[in-house]
Amino acid sequence: MNNAFLTWFRTRGLFSWLALAVVLLVLFPLLLDSFRLGLVGKYMTYGFVAIGLVMLWGYGGVLSLGQGVFFGLGGYAMAMFLKLEASDPESTKIQSTPGIPDFMDWNQLTALPAWWEPFQYLPVALLGVIVVPTLLAFVIGYALFKRRVGGVYFAIITQAIALILTVLIIGQQGYTGGVNGITDLKTLLGWDIRTDSAKLVLYYVCAILLLLAILGCGWIQRSKLGTLLLAMRDKEDRVRFSGYDVAMFKTFVFCLSAMLAGIGGALFTLQVGFMSPSFVGIVPSIEMVIFAAVGGRMSLVGAVFGALLVNFGKTYFSESFPDLWLFLMAALFIGVVLAFPNGLAGLIDSHIKPWLARWRTAKAAAPMAPADPAPPPVPAAAAQPPEPSLPAHLAQEKT
Amino acid sequence: MSNTDFVLAVEDLTVSFDGFKAIDNLTLYLDRGELRVIIGPNGAGKTTLLDLICGKTRATGGSIKFKNEEMLGKPEYRIVRAGIGRKFQTPSIYENLPVFKNLEVSFPHGRGVFGALAFKCTQEVNDRVQAVAGEIGLAGKLDWEAGLLSHGEKQWLEIGMLLMQDPELLMLDEPIAGMSARERELTAELLQRICQNRSVIVIEHDMEFVKRIAHKVTVMHQGKVLAEGPMDKVQSDPRVIDVYLGH
Repeated sequence: MNNAFLTWFRTRGLFSWLALAVVLLVLFPLLLDSFRLGLVGKYMTYGFVAIGLVMLWGYGGVLSLGQGVFFGLGGYAMAMFLKLEASDPESTKIQSTPGIPDFMDWNQLTALPAWWEPFQYLPVALLGVIVVPTLLAFVIGYALFKRRVGGVYFAIITQAIALILTVLIIGQQGYTGGVNGITDLKTLLGWDIRTDSAKLVLYYVCAILLLLAILGCGWIQRSKLGTLLLAMRDKEDRVRFSGYDVAMFKTFVFCLSAMLAGIGGALFTLQVGFMSPSFVGIVPSIEMVIFAAVGGRMSLVGAVFGALLVNFGKTYFSESFPDLWLFLMAALFIGVVLAFPNGLAGLIDSHIKPWLARWRTAKAAAPMAPADPAPPPVPAAAAQPPEPSLPAHLAQEKT
Repeated sequence: MSNTDFVLAVEDLTVSFDGFKAIDNLTLYLDRGELRVIIGPNGAGKTTLLDLICGKTRATGGSIKFKNEEMLGKPEYRIVRAGIGRKFQTPSIYENLPVFKNLEVSFPHGRGVFGALAFKCTQEVNDRVQAVAGEIGLAGKLDWEAGLLSHGEKQWLEIGMLLMQDPELLMLDEPIAGMSARERELTAELLQRICQNRSVIVIEHDMEFVKRIAHKVTVMHQGKVLAEGPMDKVQSDPRVIDVYLGH
């Protein structure tokens, strides 16, 4: 019974999830001052993008170099609501048109654009955080995957979309705040989001949502859809000629990654207090891929650690070596990808887990071991460390 | 083109690649429960014909009717769902997945995105996987990673994946290529068993094997049907001897 529970726990990769939960919910809040904890909160929002990329790139085999687009759309949807709340007529009375966001006033707009109107309402804004990125991903994904555009071409097109959106945001200054973005966000339904206590609450909200998102993605990975994604990565034609509409599956996982990125973006806006085109374009989009690559593109928890680690590195390097930090980041990326193609999680799978398994077997074989029902003989194939590309639940699920 | 009793009616099928007609006005009928073998020299258009039937290649003209329903122009997954299964020339299996998962994924339930999310490996699915695994001789290797199987076993696994779908028409492209003599024998027995309740098209070069399994043989040459009939009749056809079998 107890053993069965442990097995159930292990096949779902819940030990690493639990470790992440302890680190995020207990360790960091205890050990870090509020400034550093705020940084972790910000990095966690990239964790959403990273787990989306695990699903899309690791499982689906589709590399998107435009996740910043969805991160940005989610972030902007949230920022629009917060900006409207911060622009009440009272606090904007020195403007020539009070009651509209300050950047609109500077750009000689005299009324709130119609498409901004719905974002006065929090439910609409929250819906927008989810729906807008998902819908855009659906349109892009459906159009491209139905035409069998994939691989490098897909990556290039998503990259182009990231560029287009950046140019659009910067160009339409009066509607978007331009290159500065949407700044001076103050309250959420009257609750000041700039205080330390608010930041702590937002940190916990972000951490819990992230942990739930990992569980959700893990559930998808273990469903038939997850197996199909792996199968498509391996032999797309076989899946197609087994009666599956491959394009719809790819579109689904692209939408999923976009939705996760959108949620991350919204939480970013809430915690950092602004949103700007510098989180939308090509460079941030590529950085997001680096998070997943460093953490391990087959591991959800690994990707979150990747996002945290790379961003810690970025902050540390840029504080300590302002001139060199970009080179150091690049070296970290190249080093990890060359040495451990499956990222840090792959390193754990190929080195630490076999060691643990040996240790466990040695303990079980010792004469002092309790007289449990004899462990079933391990077939030779199972004693081998699983292929790093094979997810744990598949490697251990025996019939 | 009227309705027929044939399970598959290919009529006036043509496909041209930049003017080269890989299939040229080809007509072919297949009975229910028939095992047809297609032979012919390299480049005769055998594989292209299968590609056209399963929708991998788009035809330039003609008609392919499966159970009196036009298949031309349908997306691949709809053709499969209508009941046509196709095995590729090189074993096309999911090497990184266990044999069990290879078969399970091929079970024809939960084929939509949300259906796949909700799909559960029920007792029914499990029984079917076990039954098919027994049929293809892989019952003892269900938890093996498919990439570790031998070449012959991979071929069987792909046939098994098609059997999971229970298609009414099964198309096999060189199923015994690269198999040992013993494996060929087992495959011949397997084919004879599985064509009991379905129609099968096999592309093959091995004449001994063809003799053993074929109900009827179609000889293709330069995108056309050169001869058709029982094996002994086709074998003695002077045109066939000329272009394919040799003197």
